[in-house]
Amino acid sequence: MRLGVLFSGGKDSTLALHLAAEKEEVACLITLVSKNKESYMFHTPNIDVTVLQAKALGLPMVSVITEGKKEEELADLERAIAEAISRFHIDGVVTGAVESVYQASRVQRICNDLNVWCFNPLWKHDQKALLETLVEKKFQVVISGIFAYPLDEKWLGKQITPQIISRLVELQKQYGISPSGEGGEIETTVLDAPMFRYKIEISESSVEAKDNCGVFLINQARLVPK
Amino acid sequence: MILVVDMNWKKDSLSLYEFVSPIISVIQPLEDCEVKHFWDIEPTELSAYSKIVLSGTTLKDQATLKHIDKFNWIKTYGKPILGICAGMQTISLVFGTPLTKCLQIGMAEITTLKENPLFLGDFKAYVLHNFSVESSETFETLAQSAKCLQAVKYKQKNIYGILFHPEVRNQEVLKQFIKLKQ
Repeated sequence: MRLGVLFSGGKDSTLALHLAAEKEEVACLITLVSKNKESYMFHTPNIDVTVLQAKALGLPMVSVITEGKKEEELADLERAIAEAISRFHIDGVVTGAVESVYQASRVQRICNDLNVWCFNPLWKHDQKALLETLVEKKFQVVISGIFAYPLDEKWLGKQITPQIISRLVELQKQYGISPSGEGGEIETTVLDAPMFRYKIEISESSVEAKDNCGVFLINQARLVPK
Repeated sequence: MILVVDMNWKKDSLSLYEFVSPIISVIQPLEDCEVKHFWDIEPTELSAYSKIVLSGTTLKDQATLKHIDKFNWIKTYGKPILGICAGMQTISLVFGTPLTKCLQIGMAEITTLKENPLFLGDFKAYVLHNFSVESSETFETLAQSAKCLQAVKYKQKNIYGILFHPEVRNQEVLKQFIKLKQ
């Protein structure tokens, strides 16, 4: 079965890609570039890095720009999946949805309308276990966005490590934060993963943060041998 | 020991993570369980299990519905069975009750119609199905949504079918099934 992976460049879509590639043939990445920083559906920080990630993976990309308005972005997603079906003859779509019924059911509807399979390999999985899987499988993941109290700019650019996971789990107990950022508390960017043929090296970055919201922006990066 | 039957189109498929693993994560803290794909079920080995749960599948996957002959053991097993989504559709076909087209995706309001040990009252549940089942003399209707039947019980045995996904929302339904007496 040929699959297209909805790919934001963050930890969930990259792990979903990894699991999909173990079972089926991943034919392309499908990326929505949202102009809306508060997109309901699509991750935004460092979305441009997906171009480098696709090169690192050796996979073609279907990239569609969306204004990021609540229901219009679903039409844009449908357009992107339709293009992936047409260009890469995919039979199904893979998402990195973990908890969000809102996100998962909208993709399910689009896949059903377009008559392709829909897979959510991280669905309902324990969030701490998912983070631990990333470390175990040697994913290099940095925190590229924080959007909840008491997270602050000190978190930005930090790599997901066992220590960071422990700290996130503590914050879950104290403040109800979802450790894997399911409530939009954190966003991440993957710099290296088992399927990457090259890893991403950041040569210039900056931080924009105010109170408990902020982003770690990758301004310049390149692929380097692993 | 509870048996969870993987109803997905092939053994060790990508759908295993989505439709079987979440069921295991609800059952395992309460009771030991084992997973077998529906192609691998040996009716003579089923006496080792105290209960059986049939998983759901993704919308495009209708493999079990095309291989109903692989499920004749449902008639003779004799202990509680819970079929979720494709599991309910399969149970229905095994006993000769046809399916009816009913597409629902997302959260749906469920209304309980008959008192039962698994759930009560009105509640919201996660649904993902292309088909429901027709009402019949063979099954009691336990619950419905605005569009179609959502839960049934085979009248003569503790064989339940629920169309909504309790492993996603309403995990208590699965826990209540685990507590059922033989």
